[in-house]
Amino acid sequence: MHKDLLYTKTHEWVRVEDEIAVIGITDFAQEQLGDITYVELPSVGDMLEAGQEMGSVESVKAASELYCPVSGEVIEVNEELESTPEKVNTDPFGEGWMLRLRLTAEPADLLSPEEYEEIAKSEH
Amino acid sequence: MPYIPHTPQEIREMLGVIGARDVSDLFAEIPQTLRPKTFNLPRGATEMAVRAAMEGLAAKNRTDMTSFLGGGFYDHFVPAASDYLLARGEFATAYTPYQPEASQGTLQAIFEYQTAVSRLFGMECANAGVYDGGTALYEALMMAVRHTRRKKAVVSQAVSPIYRIVLSTYTRNLGLELVTVPHKDGCDDMDALAGAIDDKTAAVVVQNPNFLGAVQDFTALFAAAAAKGALSILSGYPVLQTVLKTPGAMGADIATAEGQSLGLPLSFGGPYLGIMTCRKPLVRQMPGRIAGRTVDGAGRTGYVLTLQAREQHIRREKATSNICSNQALCALRALINVCLTGEEGLARQAALSIENAHYAAMKLAAVPGVRLLNDAPFGNEFAAVFPVKAKLVARKLMDEDIIPGFPLGRYYKGLENALLVCCTEKHERAEIDRLARRLGKLL
Repeated sequence: MHKDLLYTKTHEWVRVEDEIAVIGITDFAQEQLGDITYVELPSVGDMLEAGQEMGSVESVKAASELYCPVSGEVIEVNEELESTPEKVNTDPFGEGWMLRLRLTAEPADLLSPEEYEEIAKSEH
Repeated sequence: MPYIPHTPQEIREMLGVIGARDVSDLFAEIPQTLRPKTFNLPRGATEMAVRAAMEGLAAKNRTDMTSFLGGGFYDHFVPAASDYLLARGEFATAYTPYQPEASQGTLQAIFEYQTAVSRLFGMECANAGVYDGGTALYEALMMAVRHTRRKKAVVSQAVSPIYRIVLSTYTRNLGLELVTVPHKDGCDDMDALAGAIDDKTAAVVVQNPNFLGAVQDFTALFAAAAAKGALSILSGYPVLQTVLKTPGAMGADIATAEGQSLGLPLSFGGPYLGIMTCRKPLVRQMPGRIAGRTVDGAGRTGYVLTLQAREQHIRREKATSNICSNQALCALRALINVCLTGEEGLARQAALSIENAHYAAMKLAAVPGVRLLNDAPFGNEFAAVFPVKAKLVARKLMDEDIIPGFPLGRYYKGLENALLVCCTEKHERAEIDRLARRLGKLL
């Protein structure tokens, strides 16, 4: 569990530094999904609202939606994931990051590491 | 026996559980105006009575005429072994091969079919097939719309009118803009097509040979589309594709086709086969099933349905398409035909068809008052122009057991005097001579 991150009920993580937010999915989420084969992400320049669907993650036998934890403008997407989506499995909090956003609103309603841990436990 | 598994008692019990009064309650969501008023079905009858009725209908068919009808559907030779192989119970199954451990044969057949059509069109990927050529073209357009996130399509008027009707019907409620670019004397107007493509265009849609028979090279148009960020979609003709420049070589992003010419009988309009092929980066947008080859834990070759997250059994609302029709048996038939005929055989079939059509064009153009619509290169089909309405010519010749072709006036304003004439390898020179002779007498 990374203590410097905030989380969502839908298993995304956020690292906020000034007005920039980096977003990915949690170790628990990648483990639940299994071998990830494809990550569908928004494009640079897209404006996203907190709670909005922003893409999807596909594994061998399932697909699940990604929801944006904060509101902002997409300034960078991890293009590495196009050819090596498995990085989300091997390093979900590092090389498997997905998006960089410039915040347009103060992040709200995010979970602390402890609160998220409870949710992950209950879903296990 | 009726093929309904539930007894009236079971139906009552099930309805009781969900609190519905009768079966019609289950359709309450669908407004009355959208429901069929009647299914217009007669009462049940004995097998003998049904057989007699069907034989009566079949007897109305004229099977003794010489036909020069094409227009997207072609009477090519089908090897005798094809019917026999196709009738095997292992193939004639409605079972969907989702469980690879129980479906290696079916999956391998689909994989081989995909390989064959990909090679035929010079493309990198194919799906297991869809409903027919028109549906394939619509699905290709939707791939482009999803990929580019744009909502406009530039469609040549020289694309089959049947396909264009499918496109407009399917997209009617999707907020897409279809721009139709008029043909120029039966050829695609390349400058107008390129001029209609802008930064809102998802795709340019053309056909080769086009519906009026002209064979063209779309390489420059496709490059112009790519420069604007639009995709290029080409609908082709599988048998002729063995001798024509491939969509892949022209730079098409998606190539589709009606697969009927690959050994499927005309059989009054279906069932046919929609072939879909694309470049690899677009494969995730491909609808329907895709078989892939892999290895198991022990390194043995195995086949699976791959990229299944695109499909509706994984995510109904997010599926790339809710088309359910795989036409597996038709795809298998096409594969069997390709295997039996072989690359050389297909090319020979194409060459003979083209030779026959060129002979026919020469003979018809020699009839006083008859000319060809244009001097564009053509394959096994061309448009001939008469001094009178083509519909009248066709009607008159049908009395002499000749179907001379497809009158174009029905779909093309200004071409009321033009007839689309098609030949395959099955036509005899004598039949073509007779067509020219009868036509000469008539005019």
